[in-house]
Amino acid sequence: MTVRPSDVIAKGSPADPREDPSRPGRPPAPAKLRPGWLAAGVVAVVLAALAGLALGPASLPFGSVAAELADLLPGVHIDSGLTESQANIVLQLRLPRVVLALLVGATLALAGGCYQGVFRNPLADPYLLGVAAGAGFGATAAIAAGGGAAAGSVTPSLPVPLAAFTGALAAVALTYLLGAAGGRDRSPATLLLAGVAVSAFFAACQTFLLQRYADSLQLVYSWLLGRLATSGWREVQLLLPYAVFAAAVVLLLRRELDVLSLGDDEAAGLGLHPQRSRYLLVVAASLGTAAAVAVSGLIGFVGVIVPHTVRLLAGASYRSILPLSVLFGGAFLTLADLAARTVSAPAELPIGVLTAFLGAPFFVVVLRTTRRVEL
Amino acid sequence: MTDPLLSASAVRISGLDVVLGGTPVLRGIDLDVAAGEWVTVIGPNGAGKSTMLRAVGGLLAHAGSISLFGKPLSRLRRRERARLVAMVAQSPAVPPGMAVLDYVLLGRTPYIPALGRESAADVAVVHQTLASLDLSGFAGRRLETLSGGERQRVFLARALAQGAPLLLLDEPTSALDIGHQQEVLELVDRLRRDRGLTVLASMHDLSVAGEYADRLVLLDGGRVAAVGPPPEVLTVDLLAHHYRAQVKVIAGEHGPLVVPVRRAGLTPPG
Repeated sequence: MTVRPSDVIAKGSPADPREDPSRPGRPPAPAKLRPGWLAAGVVAVVLAALAGLALGPASLPFGSVAAELADLLPGVHIDSGLTESQANIVLQLRLPRVVLALLVGATLALAGGCYQGVFRNPLADPYLLGVAAGAGFGATAAIAAGGGAAAGSVTPSLPVPLAAFTGALAAVALTYLLGAAGGRDRSPATLLLAGVAVSAFFAACQTFLLQRYADSLQLVYSWLLGRLATSGWREVQLLLPYAVFAAAVVLLLRRELDVLSLGDDEAAGLGLHPQRSRYLLVVAASLGTAAAVAVSGLIGFVGVIVPHTVRLLAGASYRSILPLSVLFGGAFLTLADLAARTVSAPAELPIGVLTAFLGAPFFVVVLRTTRRVEL
Repeated sequence: MTDPLLSASAVRISGLDVVLGGTPVLRGIDLDVAAGEWVTVIGPNGAGKSTMLRAVGGLLAHAGSISLFGKPLSRLRRRERARLVAMVAQSPAVPPGMAVLDYVLLGRTPYIPALGRESAADVAVVHQTLASLDLSGFAGRRLETLSGGERQRVFLARALAQGAPLLLLDEPTSALDIGHQQEVLELVDRLRRDRGLTVLASMHDLSVAGEYADRLVLLDGGRVAAVGPPPEVLTVDLLAHHYRAQVKVIAGEHGPLVVPVRRAGLTPPG
């Protein structure tokens, strides 16, 4: 039995905030990103970043951490009162990690929101088109080829992220080629099905490699669970250009996502080029996701939880969902990472496990509050 | 009857062929629709009614030529086309969580710069459109909370907000009871008179089709089988031949009324 994605609609979501019976005279205004929510998102990012910098095995006062950061700005000289080793913890150890968490969280949440719009399915996630399986295969191949060379170090050396990135892109490209094989009718459903096939194929390749190189199992496993432990700014440098590109393209096209939600015929009838828009959006979101996966492994559910919560709170227009997903996605993952490295310190929980702990029940709630309607 | 003052051509179709998935669906269609005219396409299931509307809307690859208001469809840019023709599909998608106002505002897309946002004028057009369709009270409501009749009016509002002089309506009332059916069709008729719109529709209910349209086009097997004012098309012989239906045609105040009757020669079971 098949369920068309467009048949699943949210029920029980709060009434539209613009629908205010106490003020019947005032006509409602169009959906847009409300300044209040934007401000809330910025505050969330700042607070999450400060918490991520200040808290840990050595907890430092928020004010001093903020002062230490401000001191980095050109022309600003503030004595934060931190000792040199404390300042090193903040700037050398925690800052790259917090920045990476912000970038990865923002990219995954943005890509998830984008895919949900492109595929008109509220449960679409950024790994849908084979990114996860492709990256997993790439990483496994690199680790297996390295043999025991990288063994012992949980942080993979640079070739693993690059191999994961390449694998992810290869998988998405293959998905797109297969999805286009049907001819002119490159519908969202065709792409999704191609994604399923490609994911299965790459997962099989990965399993085959794991069987052949059983000694790499441990490393691959820890990579798959996701982690934000950095070795300085290298990961940030790798991710940044792709994250910026993905954000720029998706945010510029956010109004088109609202039009695409009407369906392809309607979007074309309104003067859009739905296949071209979808292609651009999918390429941008996939590039961002592939880069995020390459540096952090597979961190699940961020791309579903964050855009969904934002949609429920701030309205269903992609014009607000996408920018807010960037902010709250970054904040969410920074806090999740903080929890991952503090709850069972000095041991670190894999962050993918933590987001799945939060995400799986959330997923069930979403499923229970959506219903199918016959249209 | 067509008003001679409005006889400028809104749609001119000649030699239109459409092939979908290797199957010819429309073959050699010729049709002229005058500006301000209401033409309804009828025909048995699979005759090509929706395909013809989608082709006129510029949504399908085709052979032959279609021009809208004297401009060849193939030469129009997408946005130009969207300002000339607006279409309401048979069962449009209902985007979850979207408010009526935002839905209708999407109809202004052809006027909004690619990376820009709507102007105050666009919002004003939307409010006017909602008011003229008696929908102002629904502006903040989510689309999925509306009844079928209300939704159909909202779909129509989105098409009207597009400001196009040609309206394509694919089975606009097939999901509605007869009361709401009349309400929507009277509304369309009023709007086309007020705004000078041209309407090209497809319908299943022959009596209703005949009551509202200036002319009917009977399609069968992808070809035009008959075209003309309703009394010339809704005849016992034509309907028997093309629908394989046995009907009575009764003269009505606004056009012929078609009533299906039991086929002769078949006795009820038992």
